[in-house]
This record gives sequence, C-alpha cells and structure tokens, in this order.
Amino acid sequence: MSFITANWNPLGDAFYRKTELHMCWNLRDSGLRDSLVAAAHYGGPIALLREPQRRSPSSRPQLEIYLASGISITSFPWKSGPVVHIGWTVTDELLCVQEDGSVLIYNLFGSFKRHFSMGQEVVQSQVLEAKVFHSPYGTGVAIVTGSSRFTLATNIDDLKLRRLPEVPGLHGKPSSWLVLTQDRQTKVILSNGPEMFVLDNTSCTPVCPPGLSPQYGSVVHMCVSFSYKYLSLFTDTGHLWTGSSNLQDKLSIVDTKKKTTPNQMVWCCRPQSQQLSVVLMWDRLLLVAGICGDTIQFPVDDPCVLVGELDGVRIINSTNQDLLQEVPLVCQDIFKIASMAPGALLLEAHREYEKSSQKADEYLREIKEQSMLGEAVRQCVEAAAHEYDANTQKSLLRAASFGKCFLVDFSPDQFVTMCRELRVLNTVRDGAVGLPLTHTQFKQLTLQVLIDRLVYRQFYPLAIEICRYLKIPDYQGVSRVLKHWASCKVQQKDLSDEAIARAVCVKVGDAPGVSYSDIAAKAYECGRTELAIKLLDFEARSGEQVPLLLKMKRSQLALSKAVESGDTDLVYTVVTYLKNELNRGDFFMMLRNQPVAQSLYRQFCKLQEQETLKDLYNQDDDHQELANYYITASYREKRLETRLSVLQKAVDEFNKAKNEFAAKATEEEMRLLRFQRKLDDEKGAGLLGLSLQETMEVLLSLGLHKHTEQLYRDFRLPDKRYWWLKLKSMAEKHEWEELEKFSKSKKSPIGYLAFVDVCMKSNNKSEARKYVSKVTPEQKVRAHMVIGDLEGAADAAIERRNDSEMGAVLSRCSTADCLLIDRLNRARVSASKK
Amino acid sequence: MAHSARRDSPKLPDFSLLKRLAKDQLVYLLEQLPGKKDLFIEADLMSPLDRIANVSTLKQHEVDKLYKVEYKPIVSTSDQLCFLIRPRIKTVKWICDVANADKAAGRFRRYKIIFTPQKFYACESVLEEQGLFGDVTTDEWSFYLLPLDDDIISMELPEFFRDNFLAGDQRWVRTAGSTLHLLHSIYGPFSKIYGIGRCSKMVYESWREQVEEEETKARQAEIGNVFLIDRDVDFVTPLCSQVVYEGLVDDIFKIKCGCVGFGTDATSDKNVKVMLNSQDKVFNEIRNEHFSNVFGFLSQKARNLQTAYDKRRGMDIKQMKTFVSEELKGLKQEHRLLSLHISASETIMKKKTKQDFQEMLKTEHSLLEGFEIRECISFIEEHIIRLVSMIESLRLLCLLSITENGLLPKDYRSLKALFLQSYGVEHLLTFANLKQLGLLVEQQPGETLTAMESKVGKLVNDKTAGKLTDAFSSLAKKSNFRALSRKLNLVPKSDEEYNLRVPRDMAYIFSGAYIPLSCKLIEQVLERGGWTGLEEVTRLLNGHEFSVTGNNGADLRANNDAPRIVVVMFLGGCTFSEISALRFLGKEKGYKFIVVTTAITNSSRLLEALLENHMRPVNT
Repeated sequence: MSFITANWNPLGDAFYRKTELHMCWNLRDSGLRDSLVAAAHYGGPIALLREPQRRSPSSRPQLEIYLASGISITSFPWKSGPVVHIGWTVTDELLCVQEDGSVLIYNLFGSFKRHFSMGQEVVQSQVLEAKVFHSPYGTGVAIVTGSSRFTLATNIDDLKLRRLPEVPGLHGKPSSWLVLTQDRQTKVILSNGPEMFVLDNTSCTPVCPPGLSPQYGSVVHMCVSFSYKYLSLFTDTGHLWTGSSNLQDKLSIVDTKKKTTPNQMVWCCRPQSQQLSVVLMWDRLLLVAGICGDTIQFPVDDPCVLVGELDGVRIINSTNQDLLQEVPLVCQDIFKIASMAPGALLLEAHREYEKSSQKADEYLREIKEQSMLGEAVRQCVEAAAHEYDANTQKSLLRAASFGKCFLVDFSPDQFVTMCRELRVLNTVRDGAVGLPLTHTQFKQLTLQVLIDRLVYRQFYPLAIEICRYLKIPDYQGVSRVLKHWASCKVQQKDLSDEAIARAVCVKVGDAPGVSYSDIAAKAYECGRTELAIKLLDFEARSGEQVPLLLKMKRSQLALSKAVESGDTDLVYTVVTYLKNELNRGDFFMMLRNQPVAQSLYRQFCKLQEQETLKDLYNQDDDHQELANYYITASYREKRLETRLSVLQKAVDEFNKAKNEFAAKATEEEMRLLRFQRKLDDEKGAGLLGLSLQETMEVLLSLGLHKHTEQLYRDFRLPDKRYWWLKLKSMAEKHEWEELEKFSKSKKSPIGYLAFVDVCMKSNNKSEARKYVSKVTPEQKVRAHMVIGDLEGAADAAIERRNDSEMGAVLSRCSTADCLLIDRLNRARVSASKK
Repeated sequence: MAHSARRDSPKLPDFSLLKRLAKDQLVYLLEQLPGKKDLFIEADLMSPLDRIANVSTLKQHEVDKLYKVEYKPIVSTSDQLCFLIRPRIKTVKWICDVANADKAAGRFRRYKIIFTPQKFYACESVLEEQGLFGDVTTDEWSFYLLPLDDDIISMELPEFFRDNFLAGDQRWVRTAGSTLHLLHSIYGPFSKIYGIGRCSKMVYESWREQVEEEETKARQAEIGNVFLIDRDVDFVTPLCSQVVYEGLVDDIFKIKCGCVGFGTDATSDKNVKVMLNSQDKVFNEIRNEHFSNVFGFLSQKARNLQTAYDKRRGMDIKQMKTFVSEELKGLKQEHRLLSLHISASETIMKKKTKQDFQEMLKTEHSLLEGFEIRECISFIEEHIIRLVSMIESLRLLCLLSITENGLLPKDYRSLKALFLQSYGVEHLLTFANLKQLGLLVEQQPGETLTAMESKVGKLVNDKTAGKLTDAFSSLAKKSNFRALSRKLNLVPKSDEEYNLRVPRDMAYIFSGAYIPLSCKLIEQVLERGGWTGLEEVTRLLNGHEFSVTGNNGADLRANNDAPRIVVVMFLGGCTFSEISALRFLGKEKGYKFIVVTTAITNSSRLLEALLENHMRPVNT
C-alpha cells in the first residue's frame, strides 16, 4: 500500500504527513489577505473580518462566518467600532475585541449576544493588540493598551478584570507576547527588544530562557503549544529556540536561515509525540522545524492561516485546507514499507485472503507463531482511528475483523466501539456538517461536547441520531438536544404561539430531564408571554412553574401551582410576594381560595403579626376564630377593665358564630373575674385568674362559706361538685363534726364511699368507719376494704354472694387470715353451686 | 418470652449508618466555620444531638462552650457563634435580637445558623426583615432520622402533629418525603408502598417527585415494603392507657429520645438516666410484655441470676478465674439492670394498682366495647369534678367522643361546662382545637352535611368542590369507630378469659380488650397485598388510601429478606404500645417491622400538643 506513504515526509526518526481536508469555499480574489481571521480549535468555525481598517460608513468591514468546511453560515457588515482582534470561545461564540476595549459576543449565526468592557481606562489608551486564549477556567481575553499595560480576563463568563503590573522600559506594544496558563495561574510572557519578562498578578520578572544567549538576537515571535507545555521563540537572527514553557529546560535551537519574522508560528505535536516540531509560515514558505534539527519545507503560494490543534496543525488557505500532523506510531508500524509489525502482516494476510490466495494462511501463521494476533488486531483497530480516508479505515477494520475470527476470548468491545465512533466521525467530517475532527481530538473533546457543538450549529436531527446510535442515556443525550431545539423553536417569530406549543409538545413529549419551564422562560425572554403560559401547562412539576409565573405577574396561577407542588417554601414565597404586590383586600381574597396558603399565612401571623390575623378572620367573617383570638388576646391584657372589654368582644363574636355555649362560658368568666376582683379588693384573697373550682377551694380554705354559697348559687354549680368541694375542704381541715353534720344535711349526691375515701386520706379510720354503713350495697365491700376491714368486706361479699368481690377480698388476705380464707372459699363454692 | 420467635425471622438492615451520615455532615458543617466557636443548641435538639455526637466530638471540632437556647440575652465571649436549631421563627427572631444587641454594642461577631433538618423560607425571611441576611450565614444539617433502637427510627419532630393536623400547615410534608427518600436511597428500592391518610398521600407524592428527579440504579433492596399512616386515621389507640411495660414506663417516667430518668422513687440513689433499648437484655425481654407478667418474669430472672452467682461455690481456682474474667461482669451488669427494672415496676405498681386506675381501665374498656355508656359518663364527670388530672379527663372525654361518634348535645355541653369550671375558661380554645381534629365533637344528624356538600358542589367547579369537600370532611370528621370495630373485629368477645401470658392476638397490649386499629389495618393490608376487600373500611376512614408497586430497578434476588421487612411510617407519632403490637404481629407472620415515626407519642403528649398557648402551667 505504498500510496499511503506517498505524502509522508521524514523528520528525524518520525514522519509528518499532510492530509487534505474537505473544503468547499473559494474566497474571492482577496483571499485571506487584509482580513482578520479566527478559526476555532477542534475543527470549529471560521470567522473573517474583511478589511477591518475601513472606517467610513459607506464601506464597512464585512464579517463572515463559515463552518470549518467552508460553508458560509452568515455574513453581515460590521457596524460597531474598529476591531483589533477576533477569536472563538469554547462554546462556539465569537468575541470581537474593539479598539475601545469593549468586547462584543456573537453566536455562530452572527446574532449579537452581549458585550463587556476590558476597563474604562482603555477607552482612552486604546487596545493595541488582543489575544483570546483558553484555560481550564474557560475562555479568556488579554489586551495590551496604548499605555503599554496588560489587562486579563481569565473567564469571560465570570468576568474579573486583572490589570497586570507595569513592564519596565516598555513603550507601545512589545515585539511579541502571549498568554500561558501554568499551575492554575495565568501569566503573560513578552519580549521587548533583547529583554524578556514574565508578568503575573503581582510582579513583572525579567527572564532568560536557558541556552538562549544574547548572540542569538532578540525574540521577535513566540508561540506556545496546545497544552501550554512547550514554548518556542523566534529570534531576529533566524534561530528557533524550543523548550518548556516554564523556561526551565531547553529542547533545542534550530537555525532556520530565515531572517524575516514569520507570519505565523505554531507548535505541531500530538500526545505521545515522537518528534515535536514547530511550523513556521512566511509569505512563500511553510517550514516544519523538528526539535531534532531536521526541517521539511513546503512551498506556499497563497496566504494561509495555521490553526494549532491537539494533534497537528490545520493549514487553511483561500481554496483548501490541510491537516499537517506527525504520523502516529501505529500507522507507521503498519504502513511503513516492508514493515513486519503484526498489524502490517495481518493487513497483508487479509488482502491475500480477499484475493483467495493461500498466502493469507502463511501470513496468519507467522503472526500466530509469535502469538501476536491479538496485538495485530489491536494495531489495525487503532490505526483505523487515525486514518482520515474511509477506504483505508475500512480495509484496516476488515483486517481486524478477519484476525479476530482466529482468536478465542477476545473482547470485541474495542472493535465495536471504534466502528461506531468512526461512523459518527465520518458523518460529522462531511462537508455539510463540517467538523473535521480527528479521533484523538474527538476523544479529548468528548461525545458530550461534540453533541453540544452539533446543537450550536442547529443540526438537531443529526445530534439525536448520534445519541440514539451511540445509546447515550436520554438525560445526557436526546433530552439535551430537545431542550436546545425547543429553546430555539420558541424564538421563531413567523409561527403562531399555538403552532409552536404544539410542535414543542409533540417533539419533546415527556422526555426525561427536559424542563418545560426552562423552555417557557426562554419564550418569555423573547417577549412571548402567551406562549410561555401555554408551555408551562406541559410542565409536570408544578413547583417549577411558579417562579416564571410570578415573573410574568400571573400571581393567582402561581399561587395555585405552588400549592399543588406541595412545597410550602414555594407557597410562602408566593404569599410574601403577593402580600407586597396586592392591596390587602385582594390579597386576603386570594388566600381565601387557597386553604393551604391561608393556613400557612395564619401560622406566620400568629408568630409575627397578631393584628393581621384579626383582619384575616374579619375578612372571612370567621366569628368563631375571631372570638378565639379575643380569648387569647384577653390573657395578654394586664388591666382587668381592658381584659373584660376584650372578653366582651369575644362574647359578641361567639354570639355571631351562634356558639351560645362559648358565649355563656365567657360571660360567666367575666362575672367570675369581677367577683374575684371584688373579693381580692376586700379580703386580699388572691383569686384573680383562678378557675371557678380553684376559687371555691380558696374560699373554703379561707372559711368564706357565705361567698362560697353565693358562687354555688350564682353559677348554678352541680350539687356533686359542691359536695366534693365541701367534703374535701372539711377533711383537709379535720372538721370531722362539721363533716358528719354535712353528711346528714341531705342524701349525698356523690354517695358515701367518697366520705370514706377522704377520711382515710387524712388517716382517720374511726371517722371513716362511720360512713361505711351508709354506703350503697354495691360499694360495701370496697368501703370495708378501704378502711382495711377484711372481715367486714368478707361478710359483705358473702352476703352478696358475689364471686368476683369474694375473689378481690381473697387476693388481699395474707396467710395469717386462714380462717377468713377458708370461709370465703367455702362461700365461693356454695355460691357457684347455686 | 412467652411466644417463641419464628426461627427464620429476617435480619434488620443496619441503621447505624444513618447516625454516621448525620455525624459526618455535622462535623463538616462545624468545620465550615473554622476557629473556636460557641455552640447554642435548641433545647429539644439536645438529646438527639447527644445520640449523634457527644461533647468531646464537638470539642474536637473547635466548639468551645455549649449553651442551651433559652431566649435570653447571651453571655458568650466568643467571636464566633453557631446556632443549631429547628427551623422555627421564634428561635430565629431570638438570634436576630442577639445579633442586633451586639451591633448596638459595637461588637463584631460571626454568626452561623445550622437549621435541622432543613431551612424554611419563612425563617430566612425573618433574617431578611431584620436586615441580618448578610451578617448571618445559614446552613442545613439534614439530620432527618435518629435510630432509637434496632427497629425504631424517629424524626424527633413532635410539632409535626400539631402543625400538620391542627394548623393545616404542610411544611413538614416535604421533610417527611425527604426522610422517606433518604431511606429509599440507602435501603431501597421499595417494591410495595401502601398508605392511608391525606398526609401520607402527600408525603408519598413528595417522595415520588424526589425519586423522579434523580437517576436510578439497580441495587439490592434491604427494605421491601413501606406503609404510611396518618395519626388521625386512628386516634383511639394512642388515647388508651398503656399497659405494656415499655408504654407504661413512657406514660409514667416519660421516655425521652430512648432514654429515661426513673426518678428518685424507682432508684435508691440520684436520678439516673438509663438508655432503654434492645442492648438492655432485661428490658428487651419485658418491654413488650403485659405488665401483669412483668413481675413474674423479673423474679424468675432474679432466681436465675442467683443460681449463676451460686456457681461460684465449689469452683477451683482456675474455674474461678475464668468465671471472674468472663461471666462476672455480665452478671453484675444484669444484676444492675434487674434491680433497676424491679424498682421501676414497683413504682408502677404503686401507681397503677390503685382502685382509681382499675376503674379507669374498666371505663376505657366499656367505652371501647360500647357498654354502660351512662356509667362511663358519670365516671368522667366525677373525674373532672375531683380534679384528678386535666389531661386524663380530656383523654377520657375524647375517647368517649370518638367511640360514640360524637357526644349527645346535652352531654357535650354539660361535660364541657364542668371542665371549664374545673380548669378555667381558656380551655374553650382547647375544645375548639379538639373539635377541629374531630377528637371531641357533638353528634350531628348525618344528612345535613352531605346535603350541604352536594349543594356547594353544584355551585362551584369540580376542583374547588373537591377542596371544599376535603375541608368539610376534616371539619366534621366522623370517627365511625363502632362500625370499624365491627368490620375489623377490633374488640374481642369479652366472655372468654384472655390469657395475657400467651397472647393470641395484638389485643394483648390492651389487656385483651382492643386490637389497635392502626396495627390491624397494617396486618390486613399486608395480608391482602393491598386495599382490595377493605373498601368499606377505607370509606369509613375517609379514604385517601393507596397502594403502589414500585418498579425502579429492584434487584430481587432469591433468598432476600427484603420482602419481609416492612417500614411503617407514622405521620404524627406512634406509641410504644403500637410498636409492641407490631413486634407481636411480626413474630406471628414472619415480618420484621421497622417503625419510623415523626415522634414517639402517648396520650398526654398528644393532648398537650392541643392545649392552647399553655397560659398556665399544665398540672397533670
């Protein structure tokens, strides 16, 4: 397969090759001359600003945006200020740095997104040069101003401007400079005449690259590798210094024998490079200078642009595009002439097999003898990844598949994955999609980002196809694409709300992870409120709808959605919002229809705004709650008169609520309070606030019998309560005679067992005994037991022939009472017989 | 144990993981505030915190002094104050006062509030109102679950009950949902989820939402079934006097966070705190026993202990050495526990074998059976008049109302009047609360309500009507206890003697008088694998039942215990008696129940939560 190596050029012990990439543009005569050109990494889009120095309103510069394959996306005249530099962000947005320091951001389709400024002072001093750079933090912008000061923004999405320290002796712009990211720090490295400096946040340090003695002249051009690992410096004597970017080590110094400063200089290396090199470009010459000292020269007859990539350099001119890269080791192994690597043999074996030649077997045997078949398959698969030509890929993969047949226990995963990935890659490399990614770049970029990039380019169907083909979980795949699609769809001005809502619903359906509220928010952003509301209806999680509804001032709907969501924090947010937004009446009315929100607000008022609570009840004509509110409030009042008036309000409300019972109870309380106050004033009894029962207890203990009687009559106390009170009080005061008299005053409404009990509580057995005889027959046994008269209890029980009572007495008998036990047992037996 | 455990009883998942998670997160949060700091802890978080991280752990992470939140000006000298609190407006307001006082005094400190288990917007808005939003940083300690024992996990949120069922404030629903989600993500996926009650349904939905938001992975499930139940589905059970040992200990000594102070009555020396859980061998064997068996068991145990001690006699030196090194410590420990429980039982005996208590139990049983209601009413009247105990009086009143489906208007009025005379007019508010919950209501002619509902239903559109009906049904919640009791056979026939030593059903926890409704529902639903056949019951319970089969990647391998592990989540609290009943049920049917509850409750906690404002000290 000699033709594959036809475009290989040796450089040291490695080879470099130039592969033509699909390009379908043909720029007009001017070509790339007189234009600012920005081509994004990873086969990203290309932007051209033609004749940026034009300033007159009649002929403005033209901004053109192309896919990497040269297909024009958009083109429009530049109407803003003079542009110094253009560059792409990692998310395919175009940054245009203007002379006055403002940076305008456009999307792929040339629509303006936003702008920011690199500092107020720049307006005066003007931007001399600018660079867009990428770091782990995102995309950054660096400028050098007319006053020779550098300003950096490391991440344009989280804009923090950093003005770097002054560079001693620098006037105007430096002869060369660049931004590099090291140890999480962003620095500027610059050369000014014979001097070199490194600028960081706080200091400006003069530096001297190891091995670059003054005899080599001053640095006039510099570049840093894709990974920020290597630095190359070009001096005015035509020497190229290469080394590590931290300026600690030198790799080599090569004499290019060209004294003019190159137009562009770019590192060309790949992960696991064998032979690093730097590509330099002059008007008529492209020079690949390996660090080994070897060079390759290519003639150039058209102005071109170099784009440094992870694993090579893209060379774009006005008609075509090439990828210059070091040939990967595995490809060298397979395709190098007369290679005996297992992969090469396997490829040969397969080719013979196709020709039905028995040589196939010989080759196979040879590989198998060295037991290298597995390795051979792996080599073929890997090499296929690095080949750009589909036919070469195919023959390599077929060879791998052929080799696989002779292996047992060989995992097909690598093979299958590679086939899938190559299929995807070949599709996106197609001119219409225009993403000339190498497999290495694809792996670095990740599939996620690739899909994002397709989405930015609005290749939605393709993105979805790829997600499905590679079986990516919906969350990360299809749903994400649909989300972007829907956000884009709602911006289509020519379609009716109805049509868009329907289209979105049909496509998105209930794809997991797609939030209708996000789509609706987008619609609202574009000023389509009605569409937003329609879309919100599809949102299953009602909580998600609330913030947007509030924003759109659909507060009522927001409240009911918040309630539906069951998230009280959300309800509360809406309630607070409404409280400030609406007048009180409307606010209360709205709450009235939402019991959940209302109780939440009530809870809040109970703790924070008691008065509002009252208004709330008033509004609802909730007399019962109002009355309760007044009852509670009455306890907060210190003065009796105000307390009574608050209670009177409670009575009124209870009456309105038709709660006669509570009204009466409250009225009685008021009466009681007045009574207590009177007695407190007269006797200092300290009654105020006690319950009726407690009041009477105190009165009795103070011996105020007349007043007790009065309360008994006034409040129509039940006899039972009165008797209990008297009984207890007398027993406590040991007024036994009084007690006896009282017991005989009339038939006790609480029976006489209570008398026995209270006497026993005061340990007066003899008094207790007096009442035992008066106890009803049912309670006799118990009464006897209370006073500890087991015999009496036994007698009563036996007389009543009650088995359980006899049992109860028995359980109280100790062993000493054997006679009694005997008697009871006999009685039990005879009772059970009958 | 009187009943032998089924040999193949499934093993419980390891819940100590929950503690470790909580501890790690707390440590992380404390370290977010580097340097020495004083920590203010909300009073009711003290005990739960103690179970997660002790003082030395806190000190290790630069906590200098510990204070209890007391709503008073503070005396700390530290420059950094950290507050560990529940998301309550009152506490946040107090913190604002503290910060404002410092400001006024020109003192600069850093403040950090750690809300647990989550923060509420309302709390943050207080900070905002007071202009302190920037000065005070806030964080969340998602400490949702505290394992109190091998099979009891508590959220330690007693206010859940009042907030949710009385105030209609659903702020905790999401918290409960997150709790379930936590269990699900560690021990799930669940294969079956049952539930009954409005709140249960909302918790289920909140959980569902949270699950849907994340991706699912196939895991080996450790918990198969979940049963959610609202406390208001069954109020009868927590209102009954507890007679199983653990429940009695809770009623009398108040178990707090798995820990009890037996008081000076029970222990000869000072008030010792004792952990009550399955680690306590003696307690573990009596906790589920009817109290009448406890003494017998303890004395048997004492005899065994004596024999074990007696082994010493006639030992040679070598045997003695092994005895001392291996057995003696265990015996001593057992001895200590035994004497503790014996004295506790004595105290209980003193209180509970009194005539009053017996009569009260008799009244309760009559109420449950629906016998001799007039006698019961006069017993309650006397109870109120004699000021025996306010909470107990309320308890009996509620029990009467629920079992009788409301009181006759005449009784309703006279009993309330009696109560107000005894305990003061502020209890009008208590009665309003009890009425709202359907705990103490007036009997109503049945048709009027439905007539009103249908009228309203015609007037407004469907959705609102649904809400209104909900509101009405909660207003006049009918307990339907009698009908339920008949349907589910909750009250065993009283003519046979019930052997409490060898219980035949869950009724043993109430001396054989009543099978707890909550547990019976669980039994029935698990048996039927759903609510089919229980339509009449759910109708009587006001509906809101559900049963869902989970299908999210349950990796059900053979020989897995998960299908027999059942989490029962009580929203609004559960009692120790219910836990005992479930343990019994588990043994009978080969299940293992794990009780997850918003808090451990009992009749007095339940009712105290419904008193209004506590304008006077509660004297029970």
